[in-house]
Amino acid sequence: MGVIYALWQRQLKRFYRQKSRVIGSIAQPLLFLVALGFGFGSIFQEAGRGSYIQFLVPGIIAMSILFSSIFSGIEIIWDKQFGFLKETLVAPVSRLRIMIGRTLGGATIAVLQGLLILIISFAFGFKLNNLALLPLAILFMILTAIVFTALGTAIASRLNDMQGFQLLMNLLIMPLFFLSGALFPLTDLPKAINFIIRINPLTYCVDAIRYFLTSMSSIPIFVSSIVIVSYLIIFVFIGSYLFSRMEI
Amino acid sequence: MKTIKQVNDIKKRNNIKQANKIKLEKNIIDVKNLTKFYGSFEAVSDVSFSVKKGEVFAFLGPNGAGKSTTIKILTTLLKFNKGSITINNYDVLKDPNKVREFFGIVFQDPSVDEELTAYENMKIHSVLYSLEKSLAEKRIEKFLKVVELWDRKDDLVSKFSGGMKRRLEIARGLLHVPKILFLDEPTVGLDPQTRKHIWNYILEINKKEKVTIFFTTHYMDEVEKVANKIAIIDKGKIIEKGTISDFKKQTKSKTLEEAFIKITGYNIREEESSSLDQLRQRRKIRRR
Repeated sequence: MGVIYALWQRQLKRFYRQKSRVIGSIAQPLLFLVALGFGFGSIFQEAGRGSYIQFLVPGIIAMSILFSSIFSGIEIIWDKQFGFLKETLVAPVSRLRIMIGRTLGGATIAVLQGLLILIISFAFGFKLNNLALLPLAILFMILTAIVFTALGTAIASRLNDMQGFQLLMNLLIMPLFFLSGALFPLTDLPKAINFIIRINPLTYCVDAIRYFLTSMSSIPIFVSSIVIVSYLIIFVFIGSYLFSRMEI
Repeated sequence: MKTIKQVNDIKKRNNIKQANKIKLEKNIIDVKNLTKFYGSFEAVSDVSFSVKKGEVFAFLGPNGAGKSTTIKILTTLLKFNKGSITINNYDVLKDPNKVREFFGIVFQDPSVDEELTAYENMKIHSVLYSLEKSLAEKRIEKFLKVVELWDRKDDLVSKFSGGMKRRLEIARGLLHVPKILFLDEPTVGLDPQTRKHIWNYILEINKKEKVTIFFTTHYMDEVEKVANKIAIIDKGKIIEKGTISDFKKQTKSKTLEEAFIKITGYNIREEESSSLDQLRQRRKIRRR
């Protein structure tokens, strides 16, 4: 327990000490929120779908959690050579505990960023549907963060250079985000795109967070819950397996 | 009834066993027929050597000879294909966590957390090695004082110079009182003053705390000053091991550097830029 707590605490310290990093991490989601929210708001409303800001904010929260948590996993590539990771790998501690400490630290920061976006979005006119459901929304933010931190960890455990990282960015993270229902409703889509959306874990995360924040949803919440928890188990399992076998 | 001869034989055999046991215990690092492939490239090939308790052992070789690979294998970061390694009589593959308790390491590339203070780095290390809190606090103070960083303990490591970071890593590597300290090019990129200081700390610890030192470097003058034993690796093979004076006599050289060049050749080793070098480059750019 001591090791996990120490590694978790380390990441939180790094987060609040780097103010520029905090600002940087929420600037991009905010840009999406402002540009898309105001840009598409009137079209969305004309189509009879209500307030686009209400629809978009949960998607942007999920996006900031996705980016932040995948990055904290992928940081391992860098960390293997120039970072603190080596220090933990030569210590007489099981790799599983190191992985848990890192994952929880990365996930906590991702959720904090998501909450920051939520607070800022109130200034753009976002309204919670039911304050009592907010803790459940936060729970799903936490699950989302763990899913993608574990995914990032799994990938980074197998990669040794930064070129692979660029590729991942373009071929994995961006499609995950754009094809998830974060930006648009999941109706009347071409079959191929629909298929990708259905296997994308972020789709279910976005929908569950949206459900608990605004009561809008297109997938039954129990389905989302089951899918998210299944992905979580699979990714955490693969992530810890690859991390424990990682060589430098 | 056993004859007197038989009894004597048994005694002799036992003595030999005893002697072997003592010999084994004296070797704190024992590497036998170590072989490591990266794909089809044989990075380390049938390497055997041993290091005795309390020695200052220099592991030398040109770039790309297999030094770092060997250190990574010895410190449980990398698996190998053939051979056996014991550290303090524990098998590296079978008991990696036991082996990890016995050594401290200073890596070639930094591994301190630059966004934490010196003290916080030490503190996390003490948790990783499950040191009891009050003991940890005492030792942190002691070793930060040894490397003359106690006044700077609450400063962020990102504000430290290269030499200060290296000193911090040494103090951290000693915090759990290891039996062996591995140092991969501990003085690279440092000015002569800092190099001298760093070696003073290391040798003091070698004498006072009886810590075995295993290090790599390209500075042959350092080796001549501090090492008791050397091994030279080239193209994955050990080409020389023993004392510095024997090695110089054999090669009829005045200095170790001369002997080293005689035996490894004058040619510069051209390494292809690996992804690691590219990362190092990127790191430099990032820091500007």
